[in-house]
Amino acid sequence: MYEVRFHGRGGQGSVMASGILAAAMVEEGKYAVSIPSFGFERRGAPVVSFLRMSEREIRQLTNIYQPDCIVCVDPTLTKSVDIFAGMKAGGTLVQATHRPLAELTLPDCVSTVGLLDAVKIALEIFKRPITNTLMLGAFARTTGVVSLDSLKRALEDSDFRDAGLAQNMTALERGYAETVVHQIERRAAA
Amino acid sequence: MTTETLEKAVATEVPRKQKVILAEGNEAAALGVALARPDMVSVYPITPQSSLVEHLAKLIADGRMDADIVDAEGEHSVLSVLQGGALAGARTYTATCGPGLAFMFEPYFRTPGMRLPIVLTIVTRDGITPQSVWGGHQDAMTVREAGWIQVYCENVQEVLDTTVMAFKIAEHHDVMLPVNVCLDGNYLSYGASRVELPDQADVDAFMGEKDVNWHVALDPLRPMAVDPLTGGTTGKGPQTFVRYRKGQCRGMQNALSVIEEVHADWAKRIGRSFAPLVEEYRLDDAEFAIMTLGSMTGAAKDAIDEARDAGKKVGLIKIKTFSPFPVEALKKSLAKVRALGVIDRSVAFRWNCGPMYQETLGVLYRLGRHIPSMSFIGGLAGADITIPHVHRVIADTEALLNGATAPTEPVWLNEKD
Repeated sequence: MYEVRFHGRGGQGSVMASGILAAAMVEEGKYAVSIPSFGFERRGAPVVSFLRMSEREIRQLTNIYQPDCIVCVDPTLTKSVDIFAGMKAGGTLVQATHRPLAELTLPDCVSTVGLLDAVKIALEIFKRPITNTLMLGAFARTTGVVSLDSLKRALEDSDFRDAGLAQNMTALERGYAETVVHQIERRAAA
Repeated sequence: MTTETLEKAVATEVPRKQKVILAEGNEAAALGVALARPDMVSVYPITPQSSLVEHLAKLIADGRMDADIVDAEGEHSVLSVLQGGALAGARTYTATCGPGLAFMFEPYFRTPGMRLPIVLTIVTRDGITPQSVWGGHQDAMTVREAGWIQVYCENVQEVLDTTVMAFKIAEHHDVMLPVNVCLDGNYLSYGASRVELPDQADVDAFMGEKDVNWHVALDPLRPMAVDPLTGGTTGKGPQTFVRYRKGQCRGMQNALSVIEEVHADWAKRIGRSFAPLVEEYRLDDAEFAIMTLGSMTGAAKDAIDEARDAGKKVGLIKIKTFSPFPVEALKKSLAKVRALGVIDRSVAFRWNCGPMYQETLGVLYRLGRHIPSMSFIGGLAGADITIPHVHRVIADTEALLNGATAPTEPVWLNEKD
């Protein structure tokens, strides 16, 4: 079982990204369940979506409390939400940010980090800071648990409200190409 | 029905290839409706049902579903419109929940009395007040004595498959009652899962020839009065009324075997089995059991596996058909155990316990043997029922087995979350 928690703000499409990723995993013959967190839909408010992937049928339909991977599609969210809550040791962070790794404050549970200046690229492609499909590319590049081709096929089957398929394909590809992946070596405690 | 029997029952005929897709529960319900080829749907959106009717509207607009859609001004009108459609011989469908179901109540109670086989999905939502737009079984439980058949689904695949089966059950000549397919708001309505979409030709063969309303019809060439005023409090009036009520109760009891037959036929033709009334999971050598309903069951099965690995002899009983209550099937399951914990996602205010627990007490009485039992209430207003919550239920129920006194109060699982 591989568990991913998406963090974003209402209107950025993190719930949709979680669904597209699940569809891509199903496309690859895996089992996947994507469950959004529940609130009143408000643009800008923190939202969460949960994704499980497994080779076997997934029975539990619950939220995720100990994710293997955290995808944060908004660069400002860490100021208001503890996105790392419950994260497993050796975990992966896929973060939208313009900052370099050295400027980020990360807990010890994070071992792999994929960073993408997603807002800058989104403004170029969409003229708006919609980062979800960019961050799917970043996720594929950072984790390798899903292929870019499967994501493209899942994207083709999606209905987009705010942008066209071609723009989102570009976003997916640029997200994949421009993400910088870091491995963090933790020194044993003295 | 045990899980092992379920696996053996699958596919004696080879179904056509099924497309694998990702769908949320609301979309799966809409796809199930489309496969059943209704003539008419009427809708009014309400959270968490809204995306279901949006999917329906899109299926019709895209030409993937050939049905009239009536966008009525409220839920009372929605069901009233469908009553007219059903009386004219149409296969009809709608979906609602919570406050929408409350607003629908007048025609809702009338529908089974008129023996109209309408299918209505309840995307279950907790009761207000306090304000909540989140999942819980309180809406469906509140109308459990209104004469509708009510079945609950565990996962998105079961939503899709059960939605089709619901029409076949409702329209069976020995039943002729409306059916609620209950799917949990939030975890099932918005939870997207891998599902297999049955082939339309296989579903058409399963459904057979359309014969929706043979007993009464709005037909100018065959005028008749429907829904009569039964007369005063003396003479033939009360007799007529009793005939109606007795007929409803008989239809409900007939539904028990029809639900089993329809599920068996679905397994044969489509290749997927679901326990029609009561599912037993690792119960055969169990000393005690927990009981579940709806989407909580998946996490509960995972918890049972973990408890078994830790040496606890615990099994699970899942109710699928809640109305009519499957008394005989449940009696057989309960006869296997010596202590019981029942998890409800709603409240029986009068008894200070969960409604499924309250119903089960009647079956325990008929068993003629005392089994210590207790009520757990969780998952209200969208709260999560996780594997650790179920372990709490297992531990408390095991304590009953070992002689602990059953509490008179329910255990509120999310009280300290």
